[in-house]
Amino acid sequence: MSREAVINAVVVAGLVLVPLWAVWADEPFTITLATRAVVLALAAVGLNLALGLGGLVSLGHAVFFGIGGYAMGVLASHAQSYTPLMEWPVLIEGTKSMPIIWLVSIVASALVALVIGSVSLRTSGVYFIMITLAFGQMFFFFTISWAAYGGEDGLSIYVRNGFPGLNTLVPIQFYGLCLVVLLVVLVFCSALARSPFGLALNAARQAPERVQAVGLDPFRLRLVAFVISGAITGLAGALFADLARFVSPTMFSWQLSGEIMVFIIIGGVARLFGPVVGAVLFVMLEHWLGGLSDYWHVFLGLLLLGIVLFAKGGLIGVLAGKARAHD
Amino acid sequence: MTEPVLETRAITKSFGALKASDAVSLDLRPGEIHAIIGPNGAGKSTLIGQISGALVPDSGAVFLDGEDVTALPPQVRARKGLARSFQISQLAMEDSVLQNALLGALGAGGSPWRFFRPALSDRPLRERAEAALARVGLTEQAARVTAELSHGQRRLLEVAVALTMAPKVFVMDEPMAGLGTEGSAALTRLLDQLRHEAPILLVEHDMDAVFALADRISVLVYGRVIATGTVEEIRANRAVQDAYLGGET
Repeated sequence: MSREAVINAVVVAGLVLVPLWAVWADEPFTITLATRAVVLALAAVGLNLALGLGGLVSLGHAVFFGIGGYAMGVLASHAQSYTPLMEWPVLIEGTKSMPIIWLVSIVASALVALVIGSVSLRTSGVYFIMITLAFGQMFFFFTISWAAYGGEDGLSIYVRNGFPGLNTLVPIQFYGLCLVVLLVVLVFCSALARSPFGLALNAARQAPERVQAVGLDPFRLRLVAFVISGAITGLAGALFADLARFVSPTMFSWQLSGEIMVFIIIGGVARLFGPVVGAVLFVMLEHWLGGLSDYWHVFLGLLLLGIVLFAKGGLIGVLAGKARAHD
Repeated sequence: MTEPVLETRAITKSFGALKASDAVSLDLRPGEIHAIIGPNGAGKSTLIGQISGALVPDSGAVFLDGEDVTALPPQVRARKGLARSFQISQLAMEDSVLQNALLGALGAGGSPWRFFRPALSDRPLRERAEAALARVGLTEQAARVTAELSHGQRRLLEVAVALTMAPKVFVMDEPMAGLGTEGSAALTRLLDQLRHEAPILLVEHDMDAVFALADRISVLVYGRVIATGTVEEIRANRAVQDAYLGGET
């Protein structure tokens, strides 16, 4: 087993054991924090696919996070007020069922990623960053003025949505559900990185002319990666909204896009568990340092500076060494 | 006469006031190596760009296997059987040597729209990639990271990637550049065999290699083809001697 695999196993063990300890020690807030970390990690795992493997520096991934959140908010708010979403041409009712909400979140964010990607992926570098950012701001300001769903104030959902066979109101059960989703997505991403698609996408980042010269279209490869990436982040948005039982335009904010990217940089770009390590560390720092000082972001900034200057592979890179091509 | 596999008909390309290609007409016939020589700035790279699809000519047309491909992007031309190597190696440097060869095999003989099974365990793909590496003598380097290869080994990998595609035409942009004497001798032997699988359009500065390999040579000066002929004809051509060879042969 490589050193990176050992680190990954330790992280998974921690994600399983710490919340279980919290149940035993009756520390429900620790479970909430862990859920927050796991859900934010999922959002970053989505971005890591585009950023790490595809080299696409998207500063607009909050769009997908927000769409997932609002998919949940809209569906659940109609269900709790017993009003249909629309009556014509077909009757669509709200729902409190997580699997349906997840599906809607994934499909909606994938479609939006397809549109945003079709436009933005024709550019590169700083233009790509700016276009993704611009799309993010469009959604942000749209939801602020979207009075039907709370506008600036957001939308509260009073009871957490349900999942067949689980009581999602019990924190550890909801946590377990989120963790399973994260692990399933990680397994998928791990397979994807080694698959023919992953090989081609990874090469399109390093040598796009070569990829064209062997008969593959870098644009299409990146577009598909962007869509999958957006869909994963969208799913995370739905879970995040269910954790908070609240959605608001801040889910679309560019600060959030930045934070998701920060998780990846802290943990290690293109490393499978990079975003997970980054998100967990971020949530821990936010909690502890945030408790000590209102200026905790200064310390986060110093940490980020240190990593960018001295440890470009992020924490995983520091602990596990350089990535090996055939692992 | 047999149909040319690759043909340019009076392609012209200008960058501002500079005519980088001026009504260039060339053809490449089955089984031959057609070398393009010319001084720096003669428009060789521009010509390769238009043949491979990276550049679109202002006028004129490019035919691949009898089909007009002038408007097609590089990846479509590659799918139709055009394999090129680059003057400056274009390889996925973080990936292994084998992965780079797999990429070539993937473009020609596989689909990239597969998301679950590892590329390395795709038997047909892998056999194709390994066979190409064996032909250029890189088998023992297969698991190494490409960035660790010597310059010469990278040149060989460029050729290996083209080989995995089993193309109809090879377009090689200075494959010998930066190779030592031994390296170019080995690559010369390899290209000599390759012409029987697919003809080669060879842009090259190494005159020993060109004279040893070429069935025909075209001389490009200031974007124009000033002569096309056999090695002997080109050696004897006054205009070529004046313009390029400088009478040294």
